[in-house]
Amino acid sequence: MRLVVNKVSVETGPQAPEMTLLRFLREQRRLTGTKEGCASGDCGACTVMVVEQGPDGPISRTVNSCICPLGSVAGQEVVTVEGLASDGELHPVQEAMVNCHGSQCGFCTPGFVMSLASLHSEQAALLEADDGERRHRILDAISGNLCRCTGYRPIVEAGFQALKKPAQLANIVQEQGEGAPFASNETASEAGNGYYRPATEEALQQCLRDQPTARLIAGGTDLMLEATQLYRTFDVLIDLNAIGSLKQVSVTSEHIAVGAAVTYTELERTLGARCSELMQMLNRLGSRQIRNRGTVGGNIGNASPIADMPPYLLVLEAELIIRNSRGKERRERLIDFYRGYKQTTLGAGEYLAEVVFDRAAFEEPLKLIKLSKRYEDDISAVMGAFRWRADGSLAIAYGGMAATPKRALETEALLNRSIWQREGELDQVVLDLACEQLAREFTPMTDVRASADYRMAMAGTLLRKACRALVAERVGKATEPGVFSHA
Amino acid sequence: MRKLTDSRPKDSASVLASGRAVAHESARKHVAGAARYIDDLPVPVDLVYVATGQSSQAHARIKRLDLSRVKAASGVLDVVVQADIPGKIDVAPVYGGDPLLAGDLVEYVGQPIFAVAATSQEAALRAVALADVEYEPLAAQLTVEQSIAADSYVLPEHHLMMGDPDGELMHSPHRVEGEIYVRGQEHFYLEGQIGQASLTEDGGIHVISSTQHPSEIQKLVAEVLALPFHHVVAEVRRMGGGFGGKESQAGPLACLCALFAHRLRRPVRYRMPRRDDMVQTGKRHDFLNRWQVGFDDDGRIRAAKMVLAGKCGYSPDLSEGIVDRAMFHADNAYYLNSASILGLRCKTHTVSNTAFRGFGGPQGMMAVEAIVEDIARALGKDPLDVRKANLYQPGRNETPYGQAIEQHILSDLMERLEDSSNYRARRTAITEFNRSHVCLKKGLALTPVKFGISFTAKHLNQAGALLQIYTDGTLLINHGGTEMGQGLYTKVQQIVAGAFGLSVERVQVSSTRTDKVPNTSPTAASSGTDLNGMAAQDACDRIKADLLAFAESHYQVSPTAVRFDNNRVYLDKDSMAFEDFIKEAYLNRVPLFSTGYYRTPKIHYDRTTAKGQPFLYFANGAAVSEVTLDTDTGEYKVGRVDILHDVGQSINPAIDIGQIEGGFIQGMGWLTTEELLWDDAGRVISNSPANYKIPTAFDTPETFNVALYDRPNNEETVYHSKAVGEPPLMLAISVWAALRDACASTTDYRFSPRLDTPATPERVYWALRACEAFNRSNEQAGEVSE
Repeated sequence: MRLVVNKVSVETGPQAPEMTLLRFLREQRRLTGTKEGCASGDCGACTVMVVEQGPDGPISRTVNSCICPLGSVAGQEVVTVEGLASDGELHPVQEAMVNCHGSQCGFCTPGFVMSLASLHSEQAALLEADDGERRHRILDAISGNLCRCTGYRPIVEAGFQALKKPAQLANIVQEQGEGAPFASNETASEAGNGYYRPATEEALQQCLRDQPTARLIAGGTDLMLEATQLYRTFDVLIDLNAIGSLKQVSVTSEHIAVGAAVTYTELERTLGARCSELMQMLNRLGSRQIRNRGTVGGNIGNASPIADMPPYLLVLEAELIIRNSRGKERRERLIDFYRGYKQTTLGAGEYLAEVVFDRAAFEEPLKLIKLSKRYEDDISAVMGAFRWRADGSLAIAYGGMAATPKRALETEALLNRSIWQREGELDQVVLDLACEQLAREFTPMTDVRASADYRMAMAGTLLRKACRALVAERVGKATEPGVFSHA
Repeated sequence: MRKLTDSRPKDSASVLASGRAVAHESARKHVAGAARYIDDLPVPVDLVYVATGQSSQAHARIKRLDLSRVKAASGVLDVVVQADIPGKIDVAPVYGGDPLLAGDLVEYVGQPIFAVAATSQEAALRAVALADVEYEPLAAQLTVEQSIAADSYVLPEHHLMMGDPDGELMHSPHRVEGEIYVRGQEHFYLEGQIGQASLTEDGGIHVISSTQHPSEIQKLVAEVLALPFHHVVAEVRRMGGGFGGKESQAGPLACLCALFAHRLRRPVRYRMPRRDDMVQTGKRHDFLNRWQVGFDDDGRIRAAKMVLAGKCGYSPDLSEGIVDRAMFHADNAYYLNSASILGLRCKTHTVSNTAFRGFGGPQGMMAVEAIVEDIARALGKDPLDVRKANLYQPGRNETPYGQAIEQHILSDLMERLEDSSNYRARRTAITEFNRSHVCLKKGLALTPVKFGISFTAKHLNQAGALLQIYTDGTLLINHGGTEMGQGLYTKVQQIVAGAFGLSVERVQVSSTRTDKVPNTSPTAASSGTDLNGMAAQDACDRIKADLLAFAESHYQVSPTAVRFDNNRVYLDKDSMAFEDFIKEAYLNRVPLFSTGYYRTPKIHYDRTTAKGQPFLYFANGAAVSEVTLDTDTGEYKVGRVDILHDVGQSINPAIDIGQIEGGFIQGMGWLTTEELLWDDAGRVISNSPANYKIPTAFDTPETFNVALYDRPNNEETVYHSKAVGEPPLMLAISVWAALRDACASTTDYRFSPRLDTPATPERVYWALRACEAFNRSNEQAGEVSE
C-alpha cells in the first residue's frame, strides 16, 4: 500500500489491519512530532492533516491519527507537523503560536498546530469573515484538542494572528502531475494484509461473501478503540469509505437519503446547512477531527444508548435500507432496528446502506437539546429530540434514558390526544401529566455522566423547553436566549 | 584546548534580560514537533517494553497468583513479582507504604501485582490480561465518611489553635455551620507517565524519567536495585506537563524499567497507557470540610472551628504536607480572630492521592470561601464586602499557625480589580437582569487568593546550580529544577543572561541530571524559580567575582568600573566583546565555571506547638468571574473573567500570564466539569478523557482580562519576583462563587445553597432545587406568621 507523507511517496509494505496511522508515523517513519495523548481520539495530540484533491485544488481535513487505521489513508496524502515548515520558514500558524506564547509544555502543541493549519488552508474564504465568525471557526477547528497548560487564550489568539497571513497548503502538499499521488482507486486489499477497501457495493458484497468474519469499518472512531484500548487484533477489516454510493446525501422533493458512510462533516455541509437545529447538534457531536471521520451509519449501527443521531432520526421516523452479501435489500423502521443495549437486527452478512426519511418531516419544526457535563466534545447525559408534525402532534425521542435510543411513544400518545397548546399558550397541566408519563415510560440509570434522578428530571425539562420554544417560534414570540447562544 | 576558537556566538537584537517577555526556550521546537519527549527518543533495537498486572479488588488477600499463561504469552521476556525485587520494596516518598509491586495484600483497584517485560508494548499489555489471580476479598473502606467512622487514618491528625475559638463562638452575635465536599482532580498531563532505563558499564543505571523529582528517582532506583547512589543517574529534559502528578508518581515506572534493565541487560521503556495512568496514579485529594463560625454584625469572623478531612487513599504518599497545606490555607486571606483547624488524613482503599498544583491549599480555601458567602447571605450583604471586611490588615495579621502577614497587598489589589472590572455597576446590572429573566440567571463574584510560598518540609528549601562558560563566550547552566512547561528553563536562562549582560541565546539550559547537581528538591510548591533561579544567580555571582578580580589585576580597572552589557564587557572607558574577555580570562587561568547554592532564609515550623513561619512570603491575587446559568437544566457559561495577580517583579510577563491563565482554567475545570468518580466496588469510573472532561477552548471565557499587580516582593527573592505556579489555580474559586451567587439570586440573595464541587450542571440543578425548597419553606413560614 502506498501513501504520501509530507510530500514523500511511501510504500508501507505489509501491515496488520489494526495498524494505526499514528503508530505507523511514529514507529515506522520516525516522525515523532505527532504525539499519543490518549489513544482514543479524545485529546487531539495526534492530529494530522489528510489532504485530498478536490475540484478546486487540495482540500485538507484533520483526523485523530491514533484511531485512524493506516489502510484508510491508502492512496492519500498525509501532512504531519514536521511537514509544515518550508525552506526553514515556519508556517504562519507555527510562527503565531510562538509569538502568542501558545505553547507551554509543548506536548499538545503539534496537534493544535495541525488543527489550526488545516483551518488556515481556508484562509481565503475567511477573509471577509468578522471576528465572531473567525472565533467560531477557530474554536471549531480546535474543539478536539486538549491543552492542560495554557488555558487556550493564547492559542485562540494565535489562530486569529495566523489568519492574517495567506494560506500555504500548496507549499506543503505534493505537486500535482508527474509523481503525484496515485490513482485514487488504489485499494489496500492489494497488499493482502486483511484490510480491504472495496470501491463499489458489488465489491463489498463479494468481500463479505469471501470474508464472513470481517468487521466493517467506516470512520473507525469506535471500532478502533478495541485495538487501542483493549489491544485486540482484527482478522479482516472492510473499509466502506471508497464506496461512492454509501457516501451520498440525496435530497428530492419527497425524500432525503443519507448514505451510511457519510461523515458528520459532510452532513453539516449538506443537511446542516438546511436545518439550524441539526447544525447546532452536529457542532457538539464529537470534535472536528471526529466529525471528519465518524459516520451516520456508524452512529446508528453501534446502537449506543447515548449516540446523538438516533434520537433525531427516530423523531423523523426514519427507515434504514439494509443490504446483504448477496445483494438482497430490506427496509426497516429505525424504531424497530434496536433490540437492546448495543443490539440491532443486523444479521450476518448484512450492512447498513442508507437511512431515509421524508423531506416534509425534515422541514417541520424541530428541537434537539443535548445536555452534557462539558458543552463541547462530550457525550450526552440526556439528548432530547422533538418534532412538531404538521398535524399538530409531537414526536419525541431520547438518548441516555434507556438501554437504546428510544421514542417516548406513550408520552407522545398522551400529549397528542390532549390539547397541549392553544394559540401559543402551553397547557401546563397537560405537560405535567406528560412528565409523569415520561417517568413511567423511562427508567434511566446512574453512571459517570449523570444520576438517574437528574436524567429523569431532565427528560421532562427538555420536553417543556422544546414545547415552549416550538410554540414561541410558531407565534413569533421572543424567548429568552440560551446560555450558550451567541448574543 | 591548545587553540582557542575563532567562531563567535550569533546574537539576536534582543539583548537580555529579565523582565522581558522572552519566548519559551523550546517554543520553536514545540511548534515544529522537534521537542523530544521520552517516547520520541530513538528506539534501540533491543528495547524492552513494560506493562503491569493490576488488582481487580479494592482490598483483598491474594490467595493464588498463577502467571504461567503470562510467561508463555507471545513476546514476553520476563515477569517479576515482589519477591524478585533485589533491594528495597517500598518506593514511597516519605513515610513508606507503597510497595513497588503488591505482595499478598492489595489495597486498591489497579494496584500493580506483577510486571511484564516484552518485545512490544502491545505484547506486554496483552500478556498482563492472562494472569490467573484468586483473591480473598476484605472489607473495603472507600469514602472519607467511612474512614472517619472507623477512625482509620494514614497519618496522625494535626491541629492548629489560635485564641479561644469555643469561647468566642459562644459570645458571637451570629453563628453559621456547614460543610462542603470538594472532589479531587485528575492531573491529565498530556504526556502520560513514562520512564526509560539502560544499564551502564559499571552495572549502574541511567534512567530518563518524566519526573518533577530526579533525585528521588535516583534514590528509589538505587534502593530497589541495592546500588550505591553514585551508580545511578536520573535525567529529565522536559515533561509534557506535570502539575504535581510527576512529583512522586513517576518513581514506580523508573524503578520497574531499572529492574528489568538490570535483569535482562537490555534498555527498557515503560509508558503507561492513558487508562492505566488514570487508574494507577494518584490524584488531587477529595476533602470533606466542616465548620462552625461565629461573626459580628459587620460580618467579621470572631471564631472559626474547622475540620478538614482529606481522602488520602491507601498510603501516606505526600499527604502529610498536603493536609498541612490545606490547614495553612483554611484562612485564605482572612483574619479569623480565633480558630481551631483540625486536619485528618483519611485512609481509603483507593489509589494513594498525591501532589496536585496547590497541594491541598485549594481544598482548604474552599471552606473559608463558602463561609464568607454564608455570612454575607445571613447578613444581607454583598459577599465582596464581607470578604473585604475580613482581610488581613495591620493589627489583624496573625495566622492560625502563628506567622504574621507582613506585606499587605490584597486590600489595594482588590480595590483596583473592583474598579477595573466595574464590579459595582455590573452587580447592579446583574441584579436587574435576574429580576427580568425567568430561566436565565447571572452570577458575579470577586474572590482573593493568598498563597504561602516555601515547601512546608523545611529541608526541601534548598537548591544548587552549575554554570559553565566556554571560551567562545557561550554559557551552559544546569540546575536542579525540571521543565514541565512552566517556563523555568526560560527564566533561569534569562537570569543567567541578565547577570552577564548577554542575549538569551548565549545561555543554554541543559537537561536536569543528578550527576550535574546532586540532592535536588522536587520542582514543586511553585518554588522552581525562587530556588533554582537564586542558585543560578549565586553561580553567576561567584564566577563574576573571579572575573572582576581578573579585570582588576589584568586591565587595572576598579571592579566598580566593570560592567557586563550588550554582550560586551565595559572596562571603565574601554569595552570588548564578552567572548574576547572570556578568552583572555581563560588564558590567564581564571576558573570559568562554578556551582551556586541557595537556601531559603527565615522559615521554621514546630509541629508540636503548631506555630512558626512556614512561608517566606505570600503570593496574592484576585479574580472576578461572571456566569450565566439556565435554571431549568443547571447548564452555565462563564462569560467574563478579570484577574489581577501579584507576581512581585515579573521576570517574564508572558510566562507569568501564561501561568495565571492556565492555572485559572485548570482550577475552573477542577471546580466545574472534572468529576472524579468511583463505583461501589472501588473502581475509578472516570478513567478516560471520554468520561473525565477537562476544559476545552470553548470553556475559556471570551472576555478574559489578566493583569499583573506591579509591586516587587519585599523579600530578597530573585529580582524580587514571586512564585506563580500554583496560586492562580485558586483564582477559579471565583467561578464557583459566581455560580453560587447566581443560585442565590433565585432566593433574592437570602440563601446560599450548598454547592459541592465540581459544580457540574447536575449539581447546580440540585442547588437550584434547594433554593426552591428554601423559598417554599419561607413562604409557608410567612403564611404561618401572618
